[in-house]
Amino acid sequence: MKKQYFLNAYIIDPKNSIDEIGGLIVNENGKIEAVGKKVNKNNIPSREKFINLEGKHIFPGIVDMRVFVGEPGYEYKENFRTLSNAALAGGVTSVVTMPNTQPVIDNVSIVDFLKRRGRDKAKINIYPTATLTKNLEGKNMTEFGLLQNKGIIGFTDGVKTIQNSRLMSRIMRSAYDLGSLVIQHAEDYELAENGTVNDGIISTKLGLQGITDLAEKVIIERDLTLLEDLNCRYHIAQISSSKSVEVIKYKKNEIDFTTGVSINNLSLNENDIGDFRTFLKLSPPLRREEDRLALVQGLKDGLIDVIVSDHKPEDEESKRLTFAQAATGASGIETLLPLSLELYHNDSVKLFKIIELLTHSPAKILNIDKGNMSIGNDADFCIVDINKPWVVKKEKMISKSKNTCIENKKLQGKVISTFIKGIELYKL
Amino acid sequence: MASFKKAVKISQKHLLGIQDLSINDINIILNEAKDFISLNKSKNKKIDILRGKTQINLFFEPSTRTQSSFELAGKRLGADVMSMNITNSAIKKGETLIDTAMTLNAMHPDIIVIRHQDSGACNLLSQKVNCSVLNAGDGRREHPTQALLDALTIIDRKKKIQGLRIAICGDILHSRVARSNIYLLNMLGAEVNIVAPSNLMPKDLEKLGINKFTDMKKGVKDCDIVMMLRLQNERMTSSFLSSNREYYEYYGLTPDKLSFAKEDALIMHPGPMNRGIEIDTKLADDINKSVIKEQVELGVAVRMACLKLFCE
Repeated sequence: MKKQYFLNAYIIDPKNSIDEIGGLIVNENGKIEAVGKKVNKNNIPSREKFINLEGKHIFPGIVDMRVFVGEPGYEYKENFRTLSNAALAGGVTSVVTMPNTQPVIDNVSIVDFLKRRGRDKAKINIYPTATLTKNLEGKNMTEFGLLQNKGIIGFTDGVKTIQNSRLMSRIMRSAYDLGSLVIQHAEDYELAENGTVNDGIISTKLGLQGITDLAEKVIIERDLTLLEDLNCRYHIAQISSSKSVEVIKYKKNEIDFTTGVSINNLSLNENDIGDFRTFLKLSPPLRREEDRLALVQGLKDGLIDVIVSDHKPEDEESKRLTFAQAATGASGIETLLPLSLELYHNDSVKLFKIIELLTHSPAKILNIDKGNMSIGNDADFCIVDINKPWVVKKEKMISKSKNTCIENKKLQGKVISTFIKGIELYKL
Repeated sequence: MASFKKAVKISQKHLLGIQDLSINDINIILNEAKDFISLNKSKNKKIDILRGKTQINLFFEPSTRTQSSFELAGKRLGADVMSMNITNSAIKKGETLIDTAMTLNAMHPDIIVIRHQDSGACNLLSQKVNCSVLNAGDGRREHPTQALLDALTIIDRKKKIQGLRIAICGDILHSRVARSNIYLLNMLGAEVNIVAPSNLMPKDLEKLGINKFTDMKKGVKDCDIVMMLRLQNERMTSSFLSSNREYYEYYGLTPDKLSFAKEDALIMHPGPMNRGIEIDTKLADDINKSVIKEQVELGVAVRMACLKLFCE
């Protein structure tokens, strides 16, 4: 590989507090050699060719903490190859995959298979999670230590929640002993039973069973209470309501934990469901505009630590059903960054903050040296035209499943190139 | 609401819910239905305005009065009526609603009447077929023909709806009848009181422009109409109420509670009734107060009007 020079770009690298016009040098081994304003035309060898990125941005490769891949078991929805291509088109270079596969990721023997498939088929960095409980049953813990040794980055039941408080406290103790990361999808099953949308005027009008925001709050409050005594690494996968933001605000000074939010809950509200649009059936559900605004404020106030895509590919057949029967979730990894940029364009959140929540912040929670452009590190980054207008079209999506919840939405900002270890793997 | 408006057309292709209709649409339907009331009482009840038209009834949920009412309505207008028996159909073999719709669509029906346990099923169907779709009840969302026949019954007895105070009482949470009636009665200028225990009251219902009550006596006070709803035990998966006995005590319509309404107040019920649970059995049969039988009778006329207007 030849040394590569990128000049005159606007570079944001939150970990290293870089927020300036400058350049980037990638060495022959695909590592970062230099970055920032000191890299300019005057201090690179004059014989070297450089790429002029005037008007463009360079961000560290995005780290998406919540991604569902269909492998093994649901390859028809998404496999590692299609996931990887979709991710690259969105500037995502590292993903945390959920264990809700068939079979589920709950034992050491399947981790080897997963790592091998991920390595052979995906060009992006794959960080698999395993389940908290065997077969997602919410009864018996999995082998956190052994799984971790095999390369599992964290533990979660994915779309499921640990309901049993005693089990949850034991999970936290084990996780504390072994230094494991626990990721909880917060939803009380009894309160949310059969619910499909936010409990409110929309559920009343559409005649759909609602999911009260209390279902999320109850679990978060319980877990944070348990956490006071047993402080393991604990992350709330996603929150969706202003009530949850309030709880987090209250507890954030007392105990250590982190919180995620889906870009869907930051960008859409329950009114977008319209006339039973099943592609907007999500978990947690889209809630009121007041909730969306509280989440955006939560980002600004530092109460929320990461933005995720909650990429959940579902084939068309499982969405072409009545709302109650349709599958939950939306495909969104390739629109994560462009949709996040909407928060910048409408003056809700500063660009630096958005990029931090998409790169360095998740990497810090996961304890991985990704999502930054530190010197000597792998050159995983993306080049973005943050002003380029485009329209989301199902048929142009790269993911194997086209269940986007923002079909026909006009966005501003598109990834032009994505690099991993200095190799350009995606080009618009 | 006097003159005929035969030339006027309905603004919608499908009848999915009262929400989609304009006041004009509603008046057209009610006027048309009035003509059929007398036809249904005459000796020769059959006319041929829908001759050559095909009507398919697609009932995914058990129904006595609505299904037979639609069937009879279609036959009296001269349409070829086919009622699909779901228990013998491919749906039992795992066919999805959309595939069923496509199959039926290929047979070129002019109108499909659908009842389904899922809210929005009729909307989904209407997107996939070429003919008009009439909603005969979807989940807990809407049951437009029931609300229309209720309105026709009220107008028949009270000569108006504007300015009346109407209480809808009981299991509102699971009720599509309540939702359709709230929209329709509001549009026609009635004041709507909703009476239900909190466990059976949908969230944020007051945003639909109604008055909420948990005390039935206060809710029915000075009302012109007391509309009772069936307690839908089959839809209750967990404990909503302590017992039927206690429910009857607090929310069942008894002479005592009815005495708070106006003296000439009418009792309505969409049926089927749980006698002794939501309504005192004598009150239900009191011909001076109860118009429950009339509701069934006018139901056929309203459905004839809808079939005629949406078939065009």
